[in-house]
Amino acid sequence: MLKGNFIDNLPKVYGIYTGGFLAFIIIMAIAEQMGMSAKAIGICFVAFTVAIYAIIGYLSRTAQADAYYVAGRQVPTVFNGMATAADWMSGASFVAMAGGIYFKGYGYMALLVGWTGGYVLVASLLAPYLRKFGCYTVPDFIGTRYGGNLSRLMAVIVLTVASFTYVTAQINATGTIASVALDIPFQYAVYVGLISILLCSMLGGMRGVTWTQVAQYIVLIIAYLLPVFWISNKMGAGFFPHFMLADEVSRIAELEAQFGFVKNSAENLKEVPKGLAGITKAHSAVNATPWAFISLALAMMMGTASLPHVMMRYFTTPSVKAARKSVGWSLFFIFLLYSSAPMLATLSKLSLIDPSLPTGIIGKSISEVQAIDWYQNWNQANLMFVSDFNGNGTLELNEFFMGGKAVVLATPEIAGLPYVISGLVAAGGMAAAMSTADGLILAIANALSHDLYYKIIDPKAETAKRLVVARVLLVVIGFAGATIAAMEIQGILGSVIWAFDFAMSGLFFPLVLGVWWKRANREGAIAGMALGLISGAGYLIWVRNGGSGFLGITQLTFGIFGSAVSLVSMVVVSLITAEPNAATQKMVDEVRVPSGKSILGKQH
Amino acid sequence: MSKQEQHWEKTRGLLMVTLAIWFVFSIGIFLFGAEMNEVTGPFGYPLTYWFTCQGSLGIFVILIFWFANRQEKIDEEFGFSERGED
Repeated sequence: MLKGNFIDNLPKVYGIYTGGFLAFIIIMAIAEQMGMSAKAIGICFVAFTVAIYAIIGYLSRTAQADAYYVAGRQVPTVFNGMATAADWMSGASFVAMAGGIYFKGYGYMALLVGWTGGYVLVASLLAPYLRKFGCYTVPDFIGTRYGGNLSRLMAVIVLTVASFTYVTAQINATGTIASVALDIPFQYAVYVGLISILLCSMLGGMRGVTWTQVAQYIVLIIAYLLPVFWISNKMGAGFFPHFMLADEVSRIAELEAQFGFVKNSAENLKEVPKGLAGITKAHSAVNATPWAFISLALAMMMGTASLPHVMMRYFTTPSVKAARKSVGWSLFFIFLLYSSAPMLATLSKLSLIDPSLPTGIIGKSISEVQAIDWYQNWNQANLMFVSDFNGNGTLELNEFFMGGKAVVLATPEIAGLPYVISGLVAAGGMAAAMSTADGLILAIANALSHDLYYKIIDPKAETAKRLVVARVLLVVIGFAGATIAAMEIQGILGSVIWAFDFAMSGLFFPLVLGVWWKRANREGAIAGMALGLISGAGYLIWVRNGGSGFLGITQLTFGIFGSAVSLVSMVVVSLITAEPNAATQKMVDEVRVPSGKSILGKQH
Repeated sequence: MSKQEQHWEKTRGLLMVTLAIWFVFSIGIFLFGAEMNEVTGPFGYPLTYWFTCQGSLGIFVILIFWFANRQEKIDEEFGFSERGED
């Protein structure tokens, strides 16, 4: 099925798939009217979508190295854009982003700007050149451009540290959603999530991941946009929320001024369950210093351009030209979700705090709020909490607490949408977390199997043996990630941001200078990767253990320090050691020209 | 100057323009976030708020497509463009 004309039939195949998914939503909506229970609907949504991904993964099985590592380099631009968008938008983007905006406002929006602006760097500095290079993995580029096993090994180490930090958070997210939707304990749900992830990637490698990610993108974007539009229309806020919520935004500012941000005493806050927060920051006003905003955005942008699971998606396009365009499509598909998150946060906040709306709870009596059905549900799920701190019997703004996830998960229910939408949102969150976890696990396993095992340990290995090693590593890394995720060490969003900082500390300048500075040599690159990663990690450990930090660099932006050290050490060491040999310089010249053969052969 | 050097010079020029536009909308304007937010922006949103929700994000999308087209033109001019489809 997946040969030759499959590529030409892609629009038809995914068109039918999308139609089928919409039909499934309608069938579920009818089943709900006929009395199907909420729990059964949740199970159907998650089971049905995961089964489809598993079938796609099975149909994409392959025994060829270039299909396994780079999907045969024949993924069309638009579809690669969708796959990258799914690869990129994780459980954090889907479940946590709108919540972050809801609670932190402007200071948090730096992530929106950073996670989109980074693609300009990807398109202009790196993706087309790495595609021309013809590598299978990011360390493949470092190892060939700079030469030597040590530089390759360093790149593998940075990649593994960054991607592994990231992947535990994603497996954690799949576990959370699977545990809610299927109603099983988190410790088991993590492994259910993991097996779903491995079903997509194990047989087909990059080819399997590519075609499941396209399918996952379609599910997650429908699951995100449908509720936003529906809620906006139901509230009468406007049929196209993105262009029509100015009145709602200014109404929130008005209410904030009216209520004021009352600070709770530490004693009162002790009552509030862990992980829940109140509204303490203005919604649309500028509430962070320029440097706080810019440093976070900058760290996320440089991290974007250094994360190997994103970069390797552009190795799958048919040409250099296609790689460039594909970055544009990726960002377009990401934009559809990211520009909707602030709208969802606005709708969610207004529907809760505006006393003149039927859903508004601020100003109502505490006992009245506690009697509302959805309040009881989400209070039980540990995502909502109210308490009468001042004893006046009425709910004030500072007496209402919510978990970040609730903005995406609970708003449909608060706005009075049918349960089928909540089931859809669960399927969307699962798709988002699975697609990112797949990309990350594959990036790590490919780097270890191709760069560490094949290029360094056993260069004579047969293709069949290499692919067996790759699959074994995939399973091992997956289980390691799931085991750490089951321990629930850190929150989803925090570890995602750390992953960006690790990646930019070690890889940003060695990658960029590899293309743009011919004088960069092996010694410089090794120094850049090693010192960058060590100083970044050192800064993080120092700040985590009570260090004061400097220049306003926090534990969320430590990559700025790491990458600065990386740049300086790479330039200094390159300049005091011999310049790269003529063959390497010629290689850089060839990388800069789109036409002609790639540097590495089709099979390598 | 060889054909290849000329091609690289133009490519570098395009990179500089692209990065300059990128810098303005990802970093530059946020130096004046508080001041700009007093102004009413598109669709009636406060201006800085609009940039963080839609403006900067949308500009990045357009910028990448513009960059890709310009780079293709440069490649064609020097005969370095690849044959075949997208």
